[in-house]
Amino acid sequence: MTTGVERAAVKGQDRGYLLGAAMFAPAALYILLIIGVPFAMAFMYAFSDVTVGSEGMSFVGFDNFASILESPTFRKSLENSIIFTLASQALVLVGSTMLALALNKPFRGRKLVRFVLLLPWVAPISLGAIGWKWMLDSLYSVINWVLIHLHLVKEFDPPMWLGEPKLAMLSVILVHSWRLLPFSTVIILAGLTAIPKDIPEAAEVDGAGFWRTLFEITIPMMRPILNVALLFGIIFTFTDMTVVYVLTAGGPFDSTQVLPSYAFTTGILSGDLAQGAAVSLFLVPLLAAVAYGMLRVAARSEVV
Amino acid sequence: MAVVETRELTKVFKQGELGAVNSVNLTTQEGEFLVFLGPSGSGKTTLLRMIAGLERPTSGEVLIGGDVVNHLSPRQRRIAMVFQSYALYPHLSVYKNIAFPLRAQRVPKDQHRVKVAWAAELLGIQKLLERKPRELSGGERQRVALARAIVREPSVFLLDEPLSNLDAKLRASARDELEQFHRRVGTTTIYVTHDQVEAMAMGDRVVVLHQGVVRQVGTPTEVYDRPADTFVATFLGSPPMNLLENGDVIVGFRPEHLVPAERAPGAAIALKLRAVNVEYLGSEWILYGRIEGERFADKVVIARLPDASGHSIGELYDFGVSERHLRFFDKESTVRTEPRSLA
Repeated sequence: MTTGVERAAVKGQDRGYLLGAAMFAPAALYILLIIGVPFAMAFMYAFSDVTVGSEGMSFVGFDNFASILESPTFRKSLENSIIFTLASQALVLVGSTMLALALNKPFRGRKLVRFVLLLPWVAPISLGAIGWKWMLDSLYSVINWVLIHLHLVKEFDPPMWLGEPKLAMLSVILVHSWRLLPFSTVIILAGLTAIPKDIPEAAEVDGAGFWRTLFEITIPMMRPILNVALLFGIIFTFTDMTVVYVLTAGGPFDSTQVLPSYAFTTGILSGDLAQGAAVSLFLVPLLAAVAYGMLRVAARSEVV
Repeated sequence: MAVVETRELTKVFKQGELGAVNSVNLTTQEGEFLVFLGPSGSGKTTLLRMIAGLERPTSGEVLIGGDVVNHLSPRQRRIAMVFQSYALYPHLSVYKNIAFPLRAQRVPKDQHRVKVAWAAELLGIQKLLERKPRELSGGERQRVALARAIVREPSVFLLDEPLSNLDAKLRASARDELEQFHRRVGTTTIYVTHDQVEAMAMGDRVVVLHQGVVRQVGTPTEVYDRPADTFVATFLGSPPMNLLENGDVIVGFRPEHLVPAERAPGAAIALKLRAVNVEYLGSEWILYGRIEGERFADKVVIARLPDASGHSIGELYDFGVSERHLRFFDKESTVRTEPRSLA
């Protein structure tokens, strides 16, 4: 037996659920339509023989995966993706930790520096990348101009930043790191400000110098936030092709081809939707594993 | 062990503003327990942080063991500090927390275990060594912070309100432990607090600070019985000293010295009090009385009585203060002056 009050409460609760669902629906719908549908389609395509021009499709099982695994370009792209990600993340982590430590100390003009630092992140990525493309251009490169005038390189044989395989890889890694640095710095800065001022001071009184405080106190205390920064960085790098596409379009000779740009070239530019889908899906289990591992580590390193 | 000395020590945070600490001259005695007492904003923590080397003085000198240490970093001053928040390293076990100063000062590794065990035993925390700080209670954290401070056998201890994060009950026992601990190790200790009870109970001497200026340095008896000025007189003691203006002097007397007239024969001041409030506090009574008569009329004074059960609000009573309990302060400078007879 329920009393009137109880029933009213239950009814109120029902209404609460409805309202909640209504408020939640736009976000859910958005994710479903923008992410869920393409993801499901990519999944379907990866197991089919669909191309841009085909009218129907038939399922071919794991054929696409088998064929891309044999492709030398795919293997090169996978290798490049891993190098690209690891190298840029290493640069970004070290660089942004240094920057965050510097920006955490009060100094004149700190606000301005913080603002300037954020610019690469807020500027459209293709715009930034195009700027770099000019700076690294084989004929008009300002970088080379400076290097020549400093007599560091020969005037008639300057480095072809985007034209030589190794230099091209170095260039895309550096530009991508430049692009991710602000984001990572802001995250780490937030982590740093969360450390009570007393703790580094206690370390100082206890006799620890700068490096010991950094490696034994500050960095371990920031580990959860560093993990978050790294996780985002890895995902942003592994799944992003803008810098590579604008700067080198994967060249020369696929030396900077990464999986996303390869998927785009195969699936969209060459029209082989099935193979392109297979290439892009190849990343999903890998990234899911990385994300899971990182979140586990973040949850385990309890601080405070 | 060493003596800490400050000479004209000054800290001004913003130019043109009043300094947080102004020309402080202090010298500790060997093995002394010196308490900096003052309300919040009195500069006591800033003073301590300058001695620790965490804050750079605007001018003046800090000396430890006879040497000027202004240019030395905290690690070179051989001091140990316990922070108000304890500042334990949250990601390290209690053992590693205590061993951290040893590691930082490159004490040979084989000595760590012995020294940590010694410090842990001194503070009774041997069973907590494997825990993380967040698994400890407030009192346990405080003891770990102390253990971390003594493990390197510092020449000076600096304690910044180490009891203020404990609940009232724990605070009393922690205070007692700290006193015993100081008696055992005998290291020169500077202790910052805003709690006058702590200051009176623990200090060999008390430094009373107000607006960055030392108002008085003295033993607890001195600062309580012979306050240097009206600030010290009212800051110490609860309820505070009664102050009454009389011509160009201020007359002060403690609430416990304002007693019913029959208990103060030949009183220097006789007052007729209309009781406006009577509080029962268990071990004592507090009586608030409005003075009636020509002198000091309408001033409210406070009396602290062993028993005021016979007093009721609204009634008129005769109270008095004997002469030896009167203190006199200059009205202009508020500084204590020679006793004089009341006109």
